[in-house]
Amino acid sequence: MTSAKITVRNGAIPADAPDTDIEVQIADAARFVRRHTIASIFRAGSGHPGGALSCADILACLFGAELNVWPSGTDERLRDRFVLSKGHACPALYAIGAYHGFCDKTAALALRKLGSPFQGHPHVRDLPWVETSTGSLGQGFSVALGMAMGMKLQKMPSRTYVVLGDGELQEGEVWEAAMCAAHHKLDNLCAIVDYNKLQSDASNDVIMRIEPLADKWRAFGWTVFEIDGHNIPEILSTLHLAASTHNHPSVLIAHTVKGKGVPYMENGPAWHGSVKLTRQQAEEALAALGADRQEIMELLDV
Amino acid sequence: MFDNNVSAPALIGTSGDSLREAFGKALAAIADEFPKLVVLDADVAGGTGVHHFRKAHPERLIQFGIAEQNMMAAAGGLAAVGMLPVVTGFAVFLSRAFEQARLSISYCKRNAKIVASHPGLDVGPDGGSAQALEDIAAFRAIPGMTVISPADPYETALATRAILEFEGPVYMRTGRSAARRLFGDDHVFEIGKGEIIRHGHDVTLVACGVEVARALDAADLLIDAGISARVVNMATIKPIDIELLARCARETGAIVTAEDHNIHGGLGSAVAEAVAKVHPCPIEFVGVNDTFGTSGEPDELADHFAITAPFIAKSAERAVARKRGLQ
Ligand SMILES: Cc1ncc(C[n+]2csc(CCOP(=O)(O)OP(=O)(O)O)c2C)c(N)n1
Ligand SMILES: [Mg+2]
Repeated sequence: MTSAKITVRNGAIPADAPDTDIEVQIADAARFVRRHTIASIFRAGSGHPGGALSCADILACLFGAELNVWPSGTDERLRDRFVLSKGHACPALYAIGAYHGFCDKTAALALRKLGSPFQGHPHVRDLPWVETSTGSLGQGFSVALGMAMGMKLQKMPSRTYVVLGDGELQEGEVWEAAMCAAHHKLDNLCAIVDYNKLQSDASNDVIMRIEPLADKWRAFGWTVFEIDGHNIPEILSTLHLAASTHNHPSVLIAHTVKGKGVPYMENGPAWHGSVKLTRQQAEEALAALGADRQEIMELLDV
Repeated sequence: MFDNNVSAPALIGTSGDSLREAFGKALAAIADEFPKLVVLDADVAGGTGVHHFRKAHPERLIQFGIAEQNMMAAAGGLAAVGMLPVVTGFAVFLSRAFEQARLSISYCKRNAKIVASHPGLDVGPDGGSAQALEDIAAFRAIPGMTVISPADPYETALATRAILEFEGPVYMRTGRSAARRLFGDDHVFEIGKGEIIRHGHDVTLVACGVEVARALDAADLLIDAGISARVVNMATIKPIDIELLARCARETGAIVTAEDHNIHGGLGSAVAEAVAKVHPCPIEFVGVNDTFGTSGEPDELADHFAITAPFIAKSAERAVARKRGLQ
């Protein structure tokens, strides 16, 4: 699905910027997220690269053009809430936060280290802008639903966005929340499924089939959009469409590639988690992401 | 000690009310003072006392359907955007959302309250599957979680206000059965404070919830045995009133704990942890002896599982004997 004009909700990019400029800026952010993800996981000696890389373009679109969030302020009424329900992908969240100034770029490389606020899964008491602590799959979605409810009750103009993994959808709580959001007509809630077809041990199909997925969401009362989760114009225009849905929560089923951008990781279940990258692997990944010698040194050594 | 002829404020929490009814009535009565208050229900409002609230403030009752895990985590989200959510349900089913309470409420330091009816053997005929005998242990183990178990309808009404005024996550037990009024209108409830509700010097009976009434009865029984028993209502199990426990351990030299809960991990454990640290003395534990409940009327069950007054009194005699053996 593509739409003629890309709409920018948040002013991070001037609304009158030509679409090509918007796409270029978001692509730059996504590239930053991928490089930063590799570097921080290399430095940590562990982490989940596959699912972070697969949602990089989605996060870049959300933070670049959709979410009304600002590093400088925390307006409780106007601020959109973003929840990374698949919390293990947090290197990507930390990176997009760093890109937009919510935290320091170098500090955010200290992933999973004692004393660092960049824990192995996001914690709101360490980093307020992550909005809620996640890591237990399924819960972030319910929390996001609670936020959307609270916004409605208080007549806030803001919206709640939540990114879920496809394996995460096997949690019963997700469907409790899906039913509940539709029942309460939470049209200020937008879910994005990072549909990379893989989970921890193997593919969804091997572990527990989740198809027919769009039908499931529709049956639960959601407005469903199916998109290419790496096509920036398509993500942006669909987020815009979702924001104008009334009476129903909306879900973007974003088809993605786990490990996207790093050829040796793409579609490889081995790159889900507990990954200890060697120096050579990290360099190869960064080179594939277009980093030059100098940039690679800076990311891995400084 | 108590006055049945009570006036206006005690319309909430009158004698014969169950603790759940007292909670629901209190919530309905004070809701206007808490504009951000919302009550979350999973299709058991008729059983938790929340029907009183629903009747008075239907627009502030959020229905989650029979889906406790989603309800618990959603409370975290509601609190995150400034609401004051009270999660309600049967204790045994709220325990199924333990991890949601842990991560999305307490770890996030959310100002959300969890109020559980139907705890312990007090549930009665619904049987073992429905009797939460582990909830205090479980919720007490969550960092930052305050755990409260009031003793009578009036105290429940006071505690309802107190937890709404308190900033931070709270787990509060109410109760299913009709409860006798123990406290007068001058009763004060303060989170974190135990209270000596009967004086005595040979042994201290420390109880919470429905066991407080039984501890008072036990103190009467002990008079015949020549034992002067002090009774402490320990309505806050976490944080436990360690100063009061130190004082009681010092002054009476023997302690009996009594709770409608597994002997492991609940009030008895909390008391023992504190006393071991500040003033070790013999302690006897009255509670359900690491087993599940079964069907029966609450009083029958309490007798069957040995948590009624005569058993508390027996334990007190043992504690006193141990103390004298030590001396
Ligand atoms: C409740 C819960 N159970 C198990 C895990 C362990 N775990 C972490 S990631 C993961 C797989 C997630 O797969 P998916 O949602 O598809 O994520 P993605 O492919 O986007 O990385 C599992 C099982 C968890 N974090 N939470
Ligand atoms: Mg996946």
